[in-house]
Amino acid sequence: MGVPGAERTAPQQADGQAAPRPESDDDILIRVENVVKHFPVKSMGFTRRTVGQVHAVDDVSLTIPRGKTLGLVGETGCGKSTLARCVAGLIPVTSGRVLFEGNDISRLSRRQMQPYRREIQMIFQDPYGSLNPRQRVGSIIGEPFAIHKMASGGERKRRVQELMERVGLNPEHYNRFPAEFSGGQRQRVGVARALAVRPKLIICDEPVSALDVSIQAQVLNLLGDLQDEFGLTYLFIAHDLEVVRHVSHAVSVMYLGRLAEAGPQDPVYDTPRHPYTAALLSAAPAADPNAAASRQRIILVGDVPSPIDPPSGCRFHPRCPKAQPLCSQEEPQLEVKAGDPATHVTACHFPVEAGENLAAAGSRESGI
Amino acid sequence: MSVTSVAVEVQGAGSAPEQAIQGRSQWQLTWRRLLSDKVAVISLIVIVIMVALAIAAPAFAALTGHPPDVAYPNTGETAAGLPVPPGTNGFLLGTDGSGRDLLVRILYGARISLFVGIVTTLIATVAGVTVGMIAGYFGGVIDAVLSRFVDAVLAFPYVVLALALAVVLGPSLSVILGVISFFTWAGISRIVRGQTLSIKEKEYIEAARSLGAGPFRIMFVHILPNLLAPVLVLATLFIPQAIIFESTLSYLGLGIQPPTASWGNILGDAQSFYQQAWWYVVFPAAALLITTLAFNLLGDGIRDAMDPRTERIFAAGKRRKLDRARRKAARRGDLPAASAPGEA
Repeated sequence: MGVPGAERTAPQQADGQAAPRPESDDDILIRVENVVKHFPVKSMGFTRRTVGQVHAVDDVSLTIPRGKTLGLVGETGCGKSTLARCVAGLIPVTSGRVLFEGNDISRLSRRQMQPYRREIQMIFQDPYGSLNPRQRVGSIIGEPFAIHKMASGGERKRRVQELMERVGLNPEHYNRFPAEFSGGQRQRVGVARALAVRPKLIICDEPVSALDVSIQAQVLNLLGDLQDEFGLTYLFIAHDLEVVRHVSHAVSVMYLGRLAEAGPQDPVYDTPRHPYTAALLSAAPAADPNAAASRQRIILVGDVPSPIDPPSGCRFHPRCPKAQPLCSQEEPQLEVKAGDPATHVTACHFPVEAGENLAAAGSRESGI
Repeated sequence: MSVTSVAVEVQGAGSAPEQAIQGRSQWQLTWRRLLSDKVAVISLIVIVIMVALAIAAPAFAALTGHPPDVAYPNTGETAAGLPVPPGTNGFLLGTDGSGRDLLVRILYGARISLFVGIVTTLIATVAGVTVGMIAGYFGGVIDAVLSRFVDAVLAFPYVVLALALAVVLGPSLSVILGVISFFTWAGISRIVRGQTLSIKEKEYIEAARSLGAGPFRIMFVHILPNLLAPVLVLATLFIPQAIIFESTLSYLGLGIQPPTASWGNILGDAQSFYQQAWWYVVFPAAALLITTLAFNLLGDGIRDAMDPRTERIFAAGKRRKLDRARRKAARRGDLPAASAPGEA
């Protein structure tokens, strides 16, 4: 495992997901249905005409069962964070629905959204940028209590110090400023703040990617323990595949605003069907040097295309080692491929077969 | 490694040295840096003395026995009806054109100047911060309307307009306060808007929104405290501007009206006597110069103390001189340590 010190037992629910019985709505905490988010591109100058759209998120659907963790992976700029902000209700969706316990929260006003703010919390990527540098840690963690009028005065201080202790901070540091803490400690402050209102869902937007590897493990363990203790559900966003594998029950792979592949983590990691997933997995560093040496690295050619003008058909086709003429014409839908469990879906016309050597195909076609 | 052991580690590491090293807030650090800046400290002392003198002006008047508005035609004027020079008949800085004690009048003028400078800056800062923060935070139409209004205010030839207003409304202290504040807030507002635009993109603002904080909470708890540093610098630099603005209006006879003393109207009266009585011009002008210079230098000092990255012109010059000396020394071989040991 790429994260030293991380010994959380692998989640055991994969077979539960694969069961043919459809999950009842009670088990699903959050359901994202066909969410689309486009950002208008305005021309410079006085008129500010809309000259294009950034297709940040296109037609993405996810479900997260109560108490589970869904890992969302993809490279920088693929729309992971935009999707997270749509789910958190921080930005309005262009179309689609976000159902929290069956209620559509995607089109609520700020006031209507307020009760859901207590249920959905976020942990941010940057432990330096996500804490107000002029606020003391006690009032940062206590802010949710103030906003939702849950506790005040001595009661608030007591509960904040409890939270600080729970996330592994010294409660005596109540009056310190964020600048007096290390990156890992600041991220614990962010976790305590998210935990304050006892939310059901916590959206973790790359919570450990700004931290040292040793600190990453501590924060991941903390998140895991909190999940067990409070029955939390996580939407866990990362670009580190090993981190996602470590914490997730199920995983979804995004490429340029669309889902490429989704399913329980073991089938996705062990037998990836989308060439993009296969390439991502082949690029992740392996802890075992023998395994690393025997592995074929799939080198993708070219850059990620602009989300303002995404490629036709399958968005991955300009870089795909298996691309055929069909790929640029018809957009593949997420569907179960032959031999996969019912929960493992892939959006690809020509899915990767077991034992196929994509590395050879890629280098031949690109002429490298 | 389990979480509990991690927690124990964190506490163990944190508790022992914590008592020894007390965390310093941003303001404490700024204050310490300001105190190490000689020019700023001297400016601060000058300002404190000036304020003390202004407050003590009635005491001075009582001490010398010369109230500010009383003319002394016998002791305070020469036979030709001209002001008497400093030191004559108990007039420490001489007298003015009407035979009044110049020192007492300058001290009373300081009351007006400092009052106008500080009060207008306060009004303009509150108005500018409010408008700038609202425009920057809400954006869109609100921003467009407010920003065009600010542009319009800044585009006015303000001295001309101030003169016109003073003529139409009649000169009085409240008109002066209003006019100066009105032409100062727009500059503050524009800078605050820019700062707000950059602060509102910070992740902690998004974190506050995700917690459910409303726009007022975000503006007052999260944006305003992060704005205070640049606003404080700006306000310190606006005080001397307001003092000069007041003096200009009074000099032109459209500000503070006689017999109330103001540095501007003392200077205005003095221009008929500058050939006969140098002290009549020099002392009020010096008071104006020293006060505004002190505020400007203090403002610079505060800016440097808030943001140690900004370089002073003098400091950069000094460093260049030092570098040059070092290079010269290295060429002569005086400083072998400066070159790499391998070369020698």
